[in-house]
Amino acid sequence: MSARLTWRKTVNVVMLSLTGVCTLLAISVLFFILGYLVYHGGKDVNWDFFTKLPTPVGESGGGMANAIVGSGKLLLLAALIGVPIGLLGGVYLSEFGGRTVPFIVRYTADMLNGVPSIVIGIFAYAVAVMPVHHFSTVAGGFALGIMMIPIVLRSTEEFLHGVPRSMREGAMALGASKWRTISSVVLPAASRAIITAILLSLARVAGETAPLLFTAFGNRFWSPGWGQPIASLPVMIYTYAVGPYDDWHRQAWAAGLVLLGLILVINIIVRTILARGVSAQRS
Amino acid sequence: MSASPRLAANKATPQEQSVSNLPEHAVKTTSPSPAAAAVPTPLRMQIKNLNFYYGKVHSLHGVSLDVATNRVTALIGPSGCGKSTLLRTLNRMHETIRNARLEGDILLDGEDILTQDVTRLRRRVGMVFQKPNPFPKSIFENVAYGLRINGIPEVHHGRMADAVESSLRRAALWDEVKDQLHKSAYALSGGQQQRLCIARALAVDPEVLLLDEPCSALDPVNTAKVEELLFHLKENCTLVIVTHNMQQAARVSDSTAFMLLGDLVEFSPTPQMFTTPTDPRTEAYITGRFG
Repeated sequence: MSARLTWRKTVNVVMLSLTGVCTLLAISVLFFILGYLVYHGGKDVNWDFFTKLPTPVGESGGGMANAIVGSGKLLLLAALIGVPIGLLGGVYLSEFGGRTVPFIVRYTADMLNGVPSIVIGIFAYAVAVMPVHHFSTVAGGFALGIMMIPIVLRSTEEFLHGVPRSMREGAMALGASKWRTISSVVLPAASRAIITAILLSLARVAGETAPLLFTAFGNRFWSPGWGQPIASLPVMIYTYAVGPYDDWHRQAWAAGLVLLGLILVINIIVRTILARGVSAQRS
Repeated sequence: MSASPRLAANKATPQEQSVSNLPEHAVKTTSPSPAAAAVPTPLRMQIKNLNFYYGKVHSLHGVSLDVATNRVTALIGPSGCGKSTLLRTLNRMHETIRNARLEGDILLDGEDILTQDVTRLRRRVGMVFQKPNPFPKSIFENVAYGLRINGIPEVHHGRMADAVESSLRRAALWDEVKDQLHKSAYALSGGQQQRLCIARALAVDPEVLLLDEPCSALDPVNTAKVEELLFHLKENCTLVIVTHNMQQAARVSDSTAFMLLGDLVEFSPTPQMFTTPTDPRTEAYITGRFG
């Protein structure tokens, strides 16, 4: 009996330690990457990095101002495409769909979510680049927007399902139409969660490289317009990392650090929104 | 059980003739409130031979019931007897449920509600639910919601504040919330939330207010407050209340309908229902032998 008890205690301690070690490994990966980026790229993240254009090959210094602005513009376009389609699609699935249509749409959205980003890039190339015969900002935003749709759609649907039926009935019983009920009660009730999902989907596509390689392409200068190629942080990292110059490598590390910092900032904003709680809901 | 249960009961007992007339009779004789005198018909709503189906399940069997103006009508019966279903047909909330089907007539002031515009109907027939269901908005905006969505033109700026105040006063909540109108409705206690929901329903000035077990989620103190409130509300409003609590039905209602398995078994003035019920099943239920 006592031997059995000792055995049970030993198993307990071993399993507990194992889970602890694995948790530590999981979070240490993030800190390891962060530390590595800071070690290699920290020195190059300076004022010039945010304000100057890349210097010509062979000349040291310069920055990635165009890539930072470019990533911003691409994300804006992606949000303009992904958010309305994903949001309204999610509303339809949650509020209007019967049984078969939502099943098919949900399945399709999950498939789309699983499509490798390089394939989405090829699709955007065929649809938005080939017809006009040149790379463009719009094509890059289009590719990222497509990637956002299933994420926003599925999470909107899920969060709307979480809004209690009694709240919908309360609005309907006052004579609100279905759309009025959704827009004035159901969506506001889930707004915090939906905004969170949108931000997280933006953070996700902000780091995508493959869909941009042959859509937005890249640019060593300021992009002259929405119809022209544009620089972005992930593509810049790719280009500089595979380049032959030490200076480029350092700048690639710096760009990686900035990109990670951007995603961290988005995550912190998300946490803050979630932590504000129900009582802070608009008056 | 396809015939109207009221008629069936009629044959069973000779007194039933007077019993079925009593709710109307009561309105005519007991000191009528000014609002009641202004309304030409003493019956606010009439339900005639109502059959209701959830898919293939036949859940109301030819129910006929008269709802007297400015009176409280209680619906009692064991779980699953169809009392909530009956209540929800009165402002067509059953239409939010897939596969729900209804046969028969429901009249509001003599007009068929099934052919009316549903938005207009629900403005005239408000509803309060079992669990308090305030919107994720401020106390003020919760009450103002019905006025806003119905686009009631005369309600602007200052008028809106007046309308909200008077609704909160009618729901006996004003004194407790007047200093925190712009706080979230979720900051209120459960009992206050339920009175807020009543204020929200009252804001559009409904002729009929349907209450679906409004006190089942409340403690005795708040239950007493809501019951007190119902007593005052019937001066200007016709109330129909579903309740599991027979003492509550006895306390608040003027007439009571007892339902069982989708049939309306008995419909009598409340004092009579609880002292000398005509149907043995009613007696069995109110004396606690089943349900």
